[in-house]
Amino acid sequence: MEGVILNNGVSLQFYIVLATIIFCIGVLGVIIRRNAIIILMCVELMLNAVNILMVAFSNYHGKGDAQIFVFFIMVVAAAEAAVGLSILVLLYRNSKTVDVGLFNKLKN
Amino acid sequence: MSTVEIMAIILGGLTIGSALMVVVSPHPIRSVLFLVVTFFLISANYVMLNAQFLAIVNVIVYTGAIMVLFLFVLMLLNLSKDNEPKTSGLMKIGAAVAGGSLFVVLFAALKDATFGAIEHSDNSIGLVEQLGLLLFNKYVLPFEISSILFISAMVGAVLLSKKENQVID
Repeated sequence: MEGVILNNGVSLQFYIVLATIIFCIGVLGVIIRRNAIIILMCVELMLNAVNILMVAFSNYHGKGDAQIFVFFIMVVAAAEAAVGLSILVLLYRNSKTVDVGLFNKLKN
Repeated sequence: MSTVEIMAIILGGLTIGSALMVVVSPHPIRSVLFLVVTFFLISANYVMLNAQFLAIVNVIVYTGAIMVLFLFVLMLLNLSKDNEPKTSGLMKIGAAVAGGSLFVVLFAALKDATFGAIEHSDNSIGLVEQLGLLLFNKYVLPFEISSILFISAMVGAVLLSKKENQVID
């Protein structure tokens, strides 16, 4: 793959394509799965795709700023996982399922 | 093709493969374990990109804390392959088309992007000294705000899971 070569000898375009593919797999998982825990995991996968892109561009620019933003993404991911999983445990306690297709109490 | 490029392609292929297995695997526990493998491989990608400290933090935070939390909840709820909700075939095809077309659009948009050549700097930006200096000088305010985010998330999680007699009906 031609393009700008990073410090380590691999092109920047390779990492852009890699991050895009992983992000799309995350989107696919969110659409395809009905287990709410797996959906949360696929959101984590999408966040990690962005992290790869951030680190690749940090290497390209030779600055560490993007890596600091990866730390903040990790902070948000950890907080989101804690709150999301506690909501899921609460929902499971009430309705004995984690199938998102059955959570339709607000519908009517 | 140099050795490092072959290594990067093998690593990227393994990462994509295990990420696909997270989505495809019918067993929830196996899905979580494949996600752990994916995070380890992403850490290996960070090492390839000279972000050594970030690779260690990724292993500790993601595979050590977040994925253990997911695994714990999954085993607490006692979910197995039998009560895993099924998706219809039409829905699967539609999801594959949607995800595939999103990839095509993003790839077509990024394919022609040009990046100016930047002269390579030193390899030490990913080490803890450089990142610490940056975090505690330029980004000290977001760092402090993130602690408020953490404390509110902690209070929220405790409040959500504390009450026994909450009924949603």
